[in-house]
Amino acid sequence: MDLLTALYSCSEKATYGCKVKGGSLTKLAYYSTVQHKVARVRSFDHSGKDIEHEPLYEISVQEEITARLHFIKFENTYIETCLDFIKDHLVNTETKVIKATGGGAYKFKDLIEKKLGLKVDKEDVMTCLIKGCNFVLKNIPHEVFAYQKDSDTEFRFQTNHPNIFPYLLVNIGSGVSIVKVETEDKFEWIGGSSIGGGTFWGLGALLTKTKKFDELLQLASKGQHTNVDMLVKDVYGGAYQTLGLSGNLIASSFGKSTTADKEFSKEDMAKSLLHMISNDIGQLACLYAKLHNLDKIYFGGFFIRGHPVTMRTITYSINFFSKGEVQALFLRHEGYLGAIGAFLKGAEQDNPNQYSWGENYAGSSGLMSTSPDVFPMQRTRSGTFDMFEMDRLERPLVNLPLLKDPSTYIPDTVDLTDDAMARKYWLTCFEEALDGVAKRAAASQPDSIDASERAEKFRQKYWNKLQTLRQQPFAYGTLTVRSLLDTREHCLNEFNFPDPYSKVKQKENGIALKCFQSVIESLDSLGWEERQFALVKGLLAGNVFDWGAKAVSDVLESEPQFGFEEAKSKLQERPWLEDSYSQWLERLKEGPPHKCALIFADNSGIDIILGVFPFVRELLSRGTEVILACNSGPALNDVTYSESLIVTERIAAMDPVIQSALREEKLLLVQTGSSSPCLDLSRLDKGLAVLVRERETDLVIIEGMGRAIHTNYYAALKCESLKLAVIKNSWLADRLGGKIFSVIFKYEVPCK
Amino acid sequence: MLGGEGRRQPLVWERAASLNFSLFFPWFGLDIGGTLVKLVYFEPKDITAEEEEEEVENLKSIRKYLTSNVAYGSTGIRDVHLELKDLTLCGRKGNLHFIRFPTHDMPAFIQMGSEKHFSSLHTTLCATGGGAYKFEQDFRTMGDLQLCKLDELDCLIKGVLYIDSVGFNGRSECYYFENPTDAERCQKLPFNLENPYPLLLVNIGSGVSILAVYSKENYKRVTGTSLGGGTFFGLCCLLTGCSTFEEALEMASHGDSTKVDKLVRDIYGGDYERFGLPGWAVASSFGNMMSKEKRESVSKEDLARATLVTITNNIGSIARMCALNENINRVVFVGNFLRINTISMRLLAYALDYWSKGQLKALFLEHEGYFGAVGALLELLGSA
Repeated sequence: MDLLTALYSCSEKATYGCKVKGGSLTKLAYYSTVQHKVARVRSFDHSGKDIEHEPLYEISVQEEITARLHFIKFENTYIETCLDFIKDHLVNTETKVIKATGGGAYKFKDLIEKKLGLKVDKEDVMTCLIKGCNFVLKNIPHEVFAYQKDSDTEFRFQTNHPNIFPYLLVNIGSGVSIVKVETEDKFEWIGGSSIGGGTFWGLGALLTKTKKFDELLQLASKGQHTNVDMLVKDVYGGAYQTLGLSGNLIASSFGKSTTADKEFSKEDMAKSLLHMISNDIGQLACLYAKLHNLDKIYFGGFFIRGHPVTMRTITYSINFFSKGEVQALFLRHEGYLGAIGAFLKGAEQDNPNQYSWGENYAGSSGLMSTSPDVFPMQRTRSGTFDMFEMDRLERPLVNLPLLKDPSTYIPDTVDLTDDAMARKYWLTCFEEALDGVAKRAAASQPDSIDASERAEKFRQKYWNKLQTLRQQPFAYGTLTVRSLLDTREHCLNEFNFPDPYSKVKQKENGIALKCFQSVIESLDSLGWEERQFALVKGLLAGNVFDWGAKAVSDVLESEPQFGFEEAKSKLQERPWLEDSYSQWLERLKEGPPHKCALIFADNSGIDIILGVFPFVRELLSRGTEVILACNSGPALNDVTYSESLIVTERIAAMDPVIQSALREEKLLLVQTGSSSPCLDLSRLDKGLAVLVRERETDLVIIEGMGRAIHTNYYAALKCESLKLAVIKNSWLADRLGGKIFSVIFKYEVPCK
Repeated sequence: MLGGEGRRQPLVWERAASLNFSLFFPWFGLDIGGTLVKLVYFEPKDITAEEEEEEVENLKSIRKYLTSNVAYGSTGIRDVHLELKDLTLCGRKGNLHFIRFPTHDMPAFIQMGSEKHFSSLHTTLCATGGGAYKFEQDFRTMGDLQLCKLDELDCLIKGVLYIDSVGFNGRSECYYFENPTDAERCQKLPFNLENPYPLLLVNIGSGVSILAVYSKENYKRVTGTSLGGGTFFGLCCLLTGCSTFEEALEMASHGDSTKVDKLVRDIYGGDYERFGLPGWAVASSFGNMMSKEKRESVSKEDLARATLVTITNNIGSIARMCALNENINRVVFVGNFLRINTISMRLLAYALDYWSKGQLKALFLEHEGYFGAVGALLELLGSA
């Protein structure tokens, strides 16, 4: 049984949860405060200075302290090492008590008390498990998956449902516990079975003389259960077909071994045993689900833990007994649930549940990624070292209240786990771009001696992640362009490149600001209809300026105004690839002004200043309030919230419309809560969501490839929406049936 | 004489009798299961001298062979203690005999039928069970016999209702265990199944079928499990080297399953109060066998007992869940797994009572595994 320990040390600001599994793996959970570099922007005091020749704002790299949860898993033989590790980190702390639970608590109590000099305080194993389960279900997108052995996508990840309750957790350890979870704190043991992992292991060891659990599973994967089991066709002869029965159903497990004189192979017996136990558990789980009217069943415990063989048999059984009505679901971080829960239990004073957390792709090993050749059998477990990290996010994240159906919203347009061709393209694309990204990262810190060394480490780490994903696309949940981009950002951060584009953005913002007034003047000189078109074109042209475009930045430096014009000329002529501009224009012409527009901005510089702001200004002039949402943290050359504050302040100084809108709070700047070049509308800053509701937002504008094409292209909203982007990738353009620089202008009105 | 007093009158067979239709003997009902063949034979005791005269030699020989022996060949057995005496069926008085033999001896049985020129008798052989399909061809080619195949579940239910209605030679067919949770005070008592519906019928043969019965005609198969009598016997053969069901049960009766199973108290040192689990409950069947030392210290008897307890508890657990889902509180266990298997019956009675907090009652029937065969016989008479 499990031993769970969790200890809390206030003075160190580190909390430990330790889960020790008899005979297999040790899990250590600890909470740390991580110091890492962040780029900060600060407006200069410009009074009496030469504005013309000063940079727009000051960039400084500062140390920031953020909270991170670490979960490490290693072989149980290192229990003493594990305790040493905890002890080393407990120096000079006030901690006197360590929390432990489960049967193992008896076994390890003395060792822990002696080794750490702490009193062991028992915690309930199931409470920890459920706490951990709720935590991952809430905080990790793509935590849940269904297993489908015979399909292209073995791991089918599920979208997080906004309401995770109620659910059934079937924990298959040595026995089986079936727990109904109704709320964060309310759960009930509704049943169980003694036929579980221990039965497979114990009975399997007796029958096959094979001692190890993994070896038994290996035997089972090679066996033929039909040699041992009595099937329906063995009872009915050939006639089962005419009766509409499936002849291959097992009528009696081990029904053919009812004889003393026949020998049966180890493999066959192991397979028969596996089927017997999996079917039995599946049947009971279905009966309990039916009795309690539940349709979500998560399976966990050592019997399941990352074993494709058992996930497959359990999936089959659930499907069979529920007649396809219930799906067996598994959790990516199932092995860590107890440790996470123990940690949460120990850290209740500093309630981690009040925060949102995000998986750190850089610090986490993926699902079964330690060895690529895992199928049909699981990797060998010796030496397995697995880890999982979660960062505490500064602000809680929630759904955009305007999502039409939060439970079916999927941010990503293409599932790369599913689409092998797209996967191949994008992985290659990211591989090819990697050297450039590493170079730019190094170049962004010219004053740092170890910048190139760190850039190389970053390159290596991200390269390895890409290779893992080639082998196991499901390693971190559903693979998407967004997850590839986010992983790269996490890796850059890991090696202290918090914002490689900070200087580029600073320069671009400065240049674009200089052009703002002339752009406004030329727009104001146009007639209404012409102006509407010019505004949209400006928005699209601004979007052409992107991180990769070296040529663009050269042009910018010399003749910024010209660059903007040239970008406009590069745009596809109407009709665009996706073109509902006429409907948009009609709406502006005929309909009442929108009450409030929410705009998700994309790039710094030309895009935000010459594209988005003139558009915002027009909306304000129409009497529409505007919420401008920018990323909380840096990603590529995307404009960050703090940059947007400075930029807006400067524009306001030039433009009375913007100025008065700011003063009257008709133009509001908010942060998205994200640091991704893409956009997940189900994980947005709570402040933004509150504001959206307060202002009765009735128009959402999403701009750029990352936010409007890679993600949200199919997102359905409750209000009018505008998704616009220029496709700057020829492969993607081709796939969508267009050419590079094709334009997407998607205006949608929800059906009544 | 029809069963005990106050009993319902049988229907189908009564009707047949009122038709005064003389059916040709012999009257057989056959249930060919995965492991065992169950045969019921009606021996007429009211044969008139005239009839005796007319009775063909074959028929007489079959009657004499079946009624004068208690064992047939090396494996066939007549359960004399189950014999129903002075029964009236289709207007005829006689005794009902209960015979069983292993399914693998089916070819020999067909052979015998052929040798005794069974096909020359003007009767139909009604059979149910999977084997009715499996051996149909053999009956035709080897025995020149046309089988009348009957639905397994129809027969089972008909058989149960009939035997219960006629009673067991004046005694009650149905019984239960009073105070199942108290080993000292536990005792077998008759149960009056006068208003049987609804009931959950759990038939434990090689595998297990669970039926919800709402009336004679209205029933459904709720579910089944492959962990049945065949699993107990099959695993026992592998684990202990035994070769008969009786031997396996005998070993089990001398074993101690708590050496093999991991109990709640083995893990928690006592009851697991958080979940209301008593310390004696099995947490993991065969769970102690994960340890090498413990594997080396258990006896074959312990293993046989653990196998029996594991299978029995699991059936109890599934039956209990079905009863709850179907909202039925009487669970009748039948099937040959329960033959001479008091350990399992008491365990089922105990488990159902304990885990349902007294809401569910486990009932048993004396003729355990023969109801399908009885149902087949009734079909023969009813369809005439």
